[in-house]
Amino acid sequence: MSALLEVEGLTAGYGAAAVLHDVSLSVRTKQIVAVLGANGAGKTTLLRALSGLLPAERGRVVFDGLDLRGVKVERMVRHGIAHVPEGRGVVTELTVDENLRLGSLWRKPRPSNDGIYELFPALARRRDHLGHQLSGGERQMLAIGRALAAEPRLLLLDEPSLGLAPKITAQIMALLRDLRDRTGLAVLLVEQNVRSALSVADEGLVLSLGRVVSRNDAATLAGDADLRHAYLGF
Amino acid sequence: MDRFLYLTFDGLSRGAIYAAFALALVLIWRAARIVNFAQGAMAVAAAYAGYSVTNATGSYWLGFITAVAGGLLLGAAVERVVMRFVDHSSPLNGVVVALGLVLIIQGVLGMIYGNEFRPAQAPFSRDAFQIGGVALLSRYDLFVFAAVGTVVALLTLLFTRTPTGLRMRAAAFAPDVSRLLGVPVGGMLTLGWALAAAVGSLAGMLVVPTELGLHPNAMDLLFISAFTAAVLGGLDSPVGAVVGGLVVGLLLAYVSGYLGATVAPMAVLILLVVVLLGRPDGLFSKAKARTA
Ligand SMILES: Nc1ncnc2c1ncn2[C@@H]1O[C@H](COP(=O)(O)OP(=O)(O)OP(=O)(O)O)[C@@H](O)[C@H]1O
Ligand SMILES: [Mg+2]
Repeated sequence: MSALLEVEGLTAGYGAAAVLHDVSLSVRTKQIVAVLGANGAGKTTLLRALSGLLPAERGRVVFDGLDLRGVKVERMVRHGIAHVPEGRGVVTELTVDENLRLGSLWRKPRPSNDGIYELFPALARRRDHLGHQLSGGERQMLAIGRALAAEPRLLLLDEPSLGLAPKITAQIMALLRDLRDRTGLAVLLVEQNVRSALSVADEGLVLSLGRVVSRNDAATLAGDADLRHAYLGF
Repeated sequence: MDRFLYLTFDGLSRGAIYAAFALALVLIWRAARIVNFAQGAMAVAAAYAGYSVTNATGSYWLGFITAVAGGLLLGAAVERVVMRFVDHSSPLNGVVVALGLVLIIQGVLGMIYGNEFRPAQAPFSRDAFQIGGVALLSRYDLFVFAAVGTVVALLTLLFTRTPTGLRMRAAAFAPDVSRLLGVPVGGMLTLGWALAAAVGSLAGMLVVPTELGLHPNAMDLLFISAFTAAVLGGLDSPVGAVVGGLVVGLLLAYVSGYLGATVAPMAVLILLVVVLLGRPDGLFSKAKARTA
């Protein structure tokens, strides 16, 4: 089966200095691919380059047959790509309900937020609270819920477990697994929390200094002690 | 007492105009973090366009519509052609460019229309009716209240009840996140400038009949008063801008009524300095930290 997202030789960075070098990867429908690596490895940069927040210098990014270079950031979501940025990106001045509506505003007809509230009952209780009144876990649910409101085919998730209790992290991972199995969602999951990422991922790739140093199925990566010591620090 | 009442109503009527103009400043501040020092000049340009149409057609209302629509277009053009290309890493850049625009607009208007005052027509009588033996309000004052009230109501509806309003707020607070969610952030910015300039032009049209007439510098006092009002209200707060506008209008009315009209502009400047020194964040600002 051909990949939903196909990346070849992607090079990108900030200004003159490239951060990502010649990165290739692919994500299929109904597949979770974990992106692992130490701080500063270039994981966030990779997601930003994929969603167009950062222009790619070289390389090919093809999504379902469409060349994504030249697609504007604000059009990405219409093609089925949702990006939950690092630090979550809840608009703190807007209410929970407004944040969620923003996620599906471009869709016609506009869906209600009820489906997302069903997924995250904790958010339903806080629908009229402002973003800055939420806890870290609630913000993460809101950011993910808002991305799902667009009914994406590919979800780019940047460190969803950051600052969360293990229990909430586990819930989020279970949700990703469920969405994958039920709706065929494809996920590119950036994580520091290697164990929980590999617990749901089908495949993983390890970035180091902006290069892919390993690409394998999740179980193999989890069992590779040398790799863990060298790049993942445990 | 009668005099006090008269001055109060006069102040509220002026204040409503300042409120509208201050609201325009706040709209741009919220959307782009720029104090649009060119707003007075833009409103003058729109008013001249309206003046020309009124002269050619004999209809005040056609001129009025021209001015507001002209303001809308001018606002969009200023954002698209000029402000978009200003490096906003230093807030001073936007200010300098805006001041440059003032010089250009006033220079061009001076070349086309000359630098003398053009008497401007009012659509309604400015003679106050007698209420209980006191002259309090004119038909024109009522028109001002109705026009400003309508603008405030429409803006409130736009920002709180419509998808476009939600997009505009999100784009201003968190541009990158908004883009990822499919919001055309650049378009929202253009729309913000266009709306603000239209509201500013409307305020300009309202103020002209209350002054000596139309002149390239006709909005200078309006700008300073409304800027003071906006700062008083916290620059970020639409409610603050409206309240600030009314406060400044009342202050101006009392000062010119009791101390003389020549003192009034100075009183505004003193208020501005006091506010900037005492409460630079305004009376209505909420302390808030952007975290994400
Ligand atoms: N805005 C920026 N301007 C310049 N350099 C940047 C910028 N953002 C990141 N970098 C650099 O790019 C490199 C990769 O950063 P990136 O944020 O992609 O790492 P990461 O793998 O996401 O790290 P972390 O796990 O800490 O989030 C780092 O060396 C960083 O210093
Ligand atoms: Mg990162």
